[in-house]
Amino acid sequence: MHSLGAQAQSNTRRRSPGEIVAAAVPASQLRRRVVDRTFLALCIVFTGLAVVILGILLVTIWQDGHTRLSWQFLNSFASRRTEEAGVRAPMWGSIWACVICALAAVPIGVGTAIYLEEFSKRSRFRSFIQLNIANLAGVPSIVYGILGLTAFARAFGSASTDSPITIGQPESFFYLQLPFGHGVLAGGLTLMLVVLPIIIVSSQEALRSVPRSLRTASLALGGTQWQTTWNITLPASIPMIMTGAILAMSRAIGEAAPILVLGVPLFIRTTPINLMSDFTVLPLQIYNWAMRQQSGFHELAAAAIIVLLAVLLTLNAVAVIIRHRLQRAAS
Amino acid sequence: MSNAAEISAAAVRAAAANRRGIARSRAARIGTERIIRGTLLACALMSIVTTFTILVILLAQSVSFFAMPQVSIWEFFTGTTWAPLLGEEKHFGIWPLIAGTLLVTSIAAAFALPVGLIVAVYLSEYAPSRVRSILKPILEVLAGIPTVVYGFFALAVITPFLHDHISESFGTFNALGAGLAVGIMILPIVASLSEDALRAVPRSLRDAAFAMGGTRFDVSAKVVVPAALSGIVASWLLAITRAIGETMIVALAAGGLARMTLNPADEVQTMTAYMVQIFTGDAPAYGIEYKSSFAVATVLFVITLALTMAGNLFLRAFREEYE
Repeated sequence: MHSLGAQAQSNTRRRSPGEIVAAAVPASQLRRRVVDRTFLALCIVFTGLAVVILGILLVTIWQDGHTRLSWQFLNSFASRRTEEAGVRAPMWGSIWACVICALAAVPIGVGTAIYLEEFSKRSRFRSFIQLNIANLAGVPSIVYGILGLTAFARAFGSASTDSPITIGQPESFFYLQLPFGHGVLAGGLTLMLVVLPIIIVSSQEALRSVPRSLRTASLALGGTQWQTTWNITLPASIPMIMTGAILAMSRAIGEAAPILVLGVPLFIRTTPINLMSDFTVLPLQIYNWAMRQQSGFHELAAAAIIVLLAVLLTLNAVAVIIRHRLQRAAS
Repeated sequence: MSNAAEISAAAVRAAAANRRGIARSRAARIGTERIIRGTLLACALMSIVTTFTILVILLAQSVSFFAMPQVSIWEFFTGTTWAPLLGEEKHFGIWPLIAGTLLVTSIAAAFALPVGLIVAVYLSEYAPSRVRSILKPILEVLAGIPTVVYGFFALAVITPFLHDHISESFGTFNALGAGLAVGIMILPIVASLSEDALRAVPRSLRDAAFAMGGTRFDVSAKVVVPAALSGIVASWLLAITRAIGETMIVALAAGGLARMTLNPADEVQTMTAYMVQIFTGDAPAYGIEYKSSFAVATVLFVITLALTMAGNLFLRAFREEYE
C-alpha cells in the first residue's frame, strides 16, 4: 500500500492500472504473474487443440473421400460393387424425412412456445411443462427411436404390421397405411420427437426477445391476445424462430440412431414415392459403409460424409444470413 | 429496438389488424380466441404425452422382460455376465454394459471437462474480441458435426494413431478411441455452456478483484470460476448426459463385446451399442433378446433423466443468483 502511494506521487505521467499494479507489487507477485502467463499459454494450447482437431477431421475426410465425389456418386444407388455405389437413395430419404420432420415439428414447437410465453400464466402447470421440456432435451436420441418404433411404426401393436389398414395402392402417391411401418413418415415423425425440445426452447427465446412495449401497444388498442401474437409478436420474432428451426433441422439430418432403431432396410435401391415408402438416410448409410472392413467402402463413407457436411454447412449458412438480416433490420 | 417509431408503427399495424377483428361480433372473436388457445395448449401437452408414452413403453416392455422365466431381476441388477445371444444358457447381468458405458464416458469426461472449461475461461476472460469472433464459429461447427462422423473419425484416425504410436494392443475397436471421439463431441457443449456461465458473472466482481492487484489468472481462478461454479457444474452434467446417451460413435468404434474391464485398449460394449446390435440384428421381435434391449433402455433413460434433472437444478440455481 505504501509503495503504491509513493510510486503514484513520484511519477506525474498517467499510467494504466496494470502498470501501477505491476510497479507496486512485491516480489511474491512475480510468481503470480508467471502463473498467469503459464495459464494463458495453456489456454492457447488447449484452444488450439480444438481447432487442430477440427482441421484434422476435415482434412482426413476430404483426402479419403474427394476422389469418389462425382455426379455419378450423387445419382446412383448403393451397390456391392464400390465403384458403382452412390448416395441417391439416402440423399432423397434424408430430404423427405427432413421435410416431414420440419412440417410436423415447426408448427407444434412454435405453438408450444407461443402457449408458454404468450397465453399461459405463471402457474405450477406452466413450470411443470417447462421442466418436462428441459428433461426431454436430455433424452438420448436412441430412446426416441424406441418411441418412434412403438408408436409410429407399430401403432402400439394395435394393428398387425403384416396386414395393415390401407388407403390407396402401394405405388400411388397418396398411399397410407396404419401402422406406418418403417416408412419415411415414421422416420420423419421420429426425428420430430428428437428436435421438438430444441425448437420449443429457441422459439421461446425468440418470443421473449420481443419488447413488452410492442405487445402493450397492441393490447391497449383492444387487440386480443391472439391478434397481438399473430400481428405483432410473431412477425417481430420470426427471423429468430426460423434460425432456431433451421439449426434444429441440421440436427435432424445428422441423426442416425433413431432411424436405425425403426429397422429400415439396409440396402435400398429406390427413392421414396409416398409417405410409406422404404427409405434410408445419409448418416445411416455412412454408418453401414464405415462398418465394412473391405477396401473401397471406407472411401464411400468419407465421400458420403462430405455430402452430409456440405448440406449441413449450407443450412448453417442460411441460418447465419437470416440472423444477419435480422440484426440489420433491428438496428 | 424499443424506440418510439417502432412502437407507433406497431400500434398502427395493430390498430388496422384489430379493426378487421372488430368487424366481426365480439362473441365470434372470443370463440376464435378459445379455439386458438385450445390448439396451442394441445401443442404444449404434446411434450407431456411424449414423456408419458416413453415411460409407459419402457416400463411395459421391461415388466414383460422380467416376467420371462429365464430372467431374474436380481441377476439383472447385480449380475456381471451379459450373454444374451450366445450359448444354451443366457445371462442378463447388466453390469458389463454399465461398465462399458462408464469407461467410455470417463475417458470422454477426463478429456472434455477440463479442456472445455479452460477453453471457456480463455474465451470469456482472456481472448481479445477478434480471436473470440473466430473461435466461436469454429466451436459451433464442431457442435454441429453429426456424431456418426465422429465415429468414422475414431475408426479412421484416432484408433490407427493409438495403434501405431501408443501401443500395439489397441485393436480396431477399443474404449479409448471411442472415448476420445465422444470427448471431442461434448467439448463444444462444455465450452459454450461454461462460457455462458462465466460471462454472466457481474463485472463488478472482476473489477474488485483487479483493484486488489490480482492477475488475470487470480481473478479467473479465485473469483470468476467460483462465482460461476453452479453453471459450470451444470454444463458438465449435461455434457456427461450426452456422452452416456451417445450411440453412433460407440457403435462404430467401441465394439460389441460386453465385459467388465478397465483397460482402455479393450473392446467394450455400451448400453446404447447393445441396443444398436439388437435393433440392426436378426433378433426376433418380441423375443427375449429384443425385450432385454427395452430393459437396458429403461436403465439408460433413468440414468440420463437423473443427470439432466440435476444439471437443470444447478442451472436454475445459477440463474437465480445472477439473472
